Amino acid sequence: MASLWEYANPVRFMRTSGALLPWVTAAAAASLGIGLVWGFLTPEDYKQGSTVKIMFLHVPAAMMAINIWVMMLVASLIWLIRRHHVSALAAKAAAPVGAVMTLIALATGAIWGQPMWGTWWEWDPRMTSFLILFLFYLGYMALWSAVENPDSAADLTGVLCLVGSVFALLSRYAVNFWNQGLHQGATISVAPGDRISSTYSYPLYLCMLGFFLLFVALLLLRTRTEIRIRRLAALRARELRA
Amino acid sequence: MTVLAVRGLAVARGGARALDGVSFTLDPGEALILRGPNGIGKTTLLRTVAGLQPAVAGEIVATPESIAYSAHADGLKGALTVTENLTFWREVFGGPPIEPALAAMDLTHLAERPAHALSAGQKRRLGLARLLVTGRPVWALDEPTVSLDTASVALFAAAIRAHLAAGGSALMATHIDLGLAEARVLDLAPFRATEGSRVAPASFDEAFA
Amino acid sequence: MLSLLLRDLRLAVRAGGGFGLGLAFFLITCTLVPFGVGPQGDILARIAPGILWVGALLACLLSLDRIFALDWEDGSLDLLATAPLPLEGTVAIKALAHWITTGLPLTLAAPLFGILLHLPPAAMPWLVASLALGTPALSVLGAFGAALTVGLRRGGLLLSLLVLPLYVPTLIFGAEAVRRGAEGLGASTPLVLLAGITAATLALVPFAAAAALRVNLR
Repeated sequence: MASLWEYANPVRFMRTSGALLPWVTAAAAASLGIGLVWGFLTPEDYKQGSTVKIMFLHVPAAMMAINIWVMMLVASLIWLIRRHHVSALAAKAAAPVGAVMTLIALATGAIWGQPMWGTWWEWDPRMTSFLILFLFYLGYMALWSAVENPDSAADLTGVLCLVGSVFALLSRYAVNFWNQGLHQGATISVAPGDRISSTYSYPLYLCMLGFFLLFVALLLLRTRTEIRIRRLAALRARELRA
Repeated sequence: MTVLAVRGLAVARGGARALDGVSFTLDPGEALILRGPNGIGKTTLLRTVAGLQPAVAGEIVATPESIAYSAHADGLKGALTVTENLTFWREVFGGPPIEPALAAMDLTHLAERPAHALSAGQKRRLGLARLLVTGRPVWALDEPTVSLDTASVALFAAAIRAHLAAGGSALMATHIDLGLAEARVLDLAPFRATEGSRVAPASFDEAFA
Repeated sequence: MLSLLLRDLRLAVRAGGGFGLGLAFFLITCTLVPFGVGPQGDILARIAPGILWVGALLACLLSLDRIFALDWEDGSLDLLATAPLPLEGTVAIKALAHWITTGLPLTLAAPLFGILLHLPPAAMPWLVASLALGTPALSVLGAFGAALTVGLRRGGLLLSLLVLPLYVPTLIFGAEAVRRGAEGLGASTPLVLLAGITAATLALVPFAAAAALRVNLR
């Protein structure tokens, strides 16, 4: 059986991802389309009215904002330990997607918060944590673009991602300590006595799946672009040497 | 007993493999001069041997902490005096006293002068005096004679000879004839990296070529 | 190791501005704030803990890019990397030298600036204690950022972007300790958490910084 590591080979990765990409894209479009329309058609909440519907964007985006950082951490570790180039490029490719997800979560949070709490921005622990996470994404991307040698850039951003993860987590707890906020608790819980009714949960699950597939599609697409950029640079370097 | 053995070494600069398959050995009392046109990778080779950057392939066998590296930048602080600069490096490397090194490089009369007031050649001599106070047996020197006048080159050659006579060795990249008749010369031109001679990718560029 | 520390301190003294610059910046920050928010003592007293901590943090940031940049330019970093001293030790010593030239003077002078901002006297011991416990972490994290950006052309700006998010936990616990001290509440909890973060930072971050330096040296 083929080892997972064989996909670290750029050629192998290009072939497989090229075959997968249309299917993932189609699945992402379908689940997002159905999920968002279904979510929009749900009845209004007795307390929050129609504003609750922004949840179908807000919650999946917030979930992906954190998960993409975790994915970058894993990819960075793979690069630092096993030196697989595709892994480093995947981490690089994921960062802007994660940053945009964080922005979506922040923006939809503000739009949702205005009618609910009467303010666009509240220094609530969760919103603050996401703002800090956004800063970490910015720093990570800035370091990638500042270092010219791609090998050094991959190493340095990998170390930054490691240290940043620890401090992002620390900041999360520090911010909780700093301000116990007004954000509602976790919306989806595996504990008995769910706090969200199934009217909302099914379209929400579908939207989460859609956001996840959207991320996978964007990640494949962007990693393929990064590989092509590197390949172009390699060919150009060879031409210069010849 | 060989103090430095390099086998099948490949080095990369700026993401591209520069040299491939370099092999040589260095015995006590021996000097090896690296020759080759600009850009062939002499500096990269010396930095790799000194442990400042990883080898792409091959191996470097040397006693740990036996190599003293010296390049164009001398690591001098203009705000410190000659003595202070040299004493600092002696303490960091735990080598012999500084007075003989100052004398060997004809710097004794400048000992209390701040380094920023030295001429380029004097700075260079101070940089070479640093080699003497590291107490390390293998010197890896990158263009050691830059900005030295004839008299200083002679001083430097004498220092090298004394180092070799005391059982030390030197690996140098230089274009100037130091008058070291006993030194061997290694021409790097045959080791220029070519396409297709790779075992592991040197960098991103090679991984995707 | 001691010789490296002494050399860095000597250079900071001789090159000028090593000790004074951060302090002067801190003073200017504390002078400008009342112009912005008005001279009312009660408002100033309320925001003083935050201003003092943010000011100290920015003053610290000011000299970070010099931790490794000068040694990188003149080749000392190459030589230090080949020296018997482990690079992790070099990083720790250089961070310590940075702390002695910025963090320590800030800590000692902070009560004076506290008076400028009407900080209640009860908070003074907490201000000094929190700065003494927190600023070492700022220096070590700064050394990490400096190691990441050494050799980059516009490293200074990038350095701030990379380091400031890492300062968030230290800032939160440090300012919280002073605020609680000013309000007469028990401030030992944030202080203990602050000390914990500093201890973990001191123990682990030099390794990350040395790894980043090795990458930048090759």
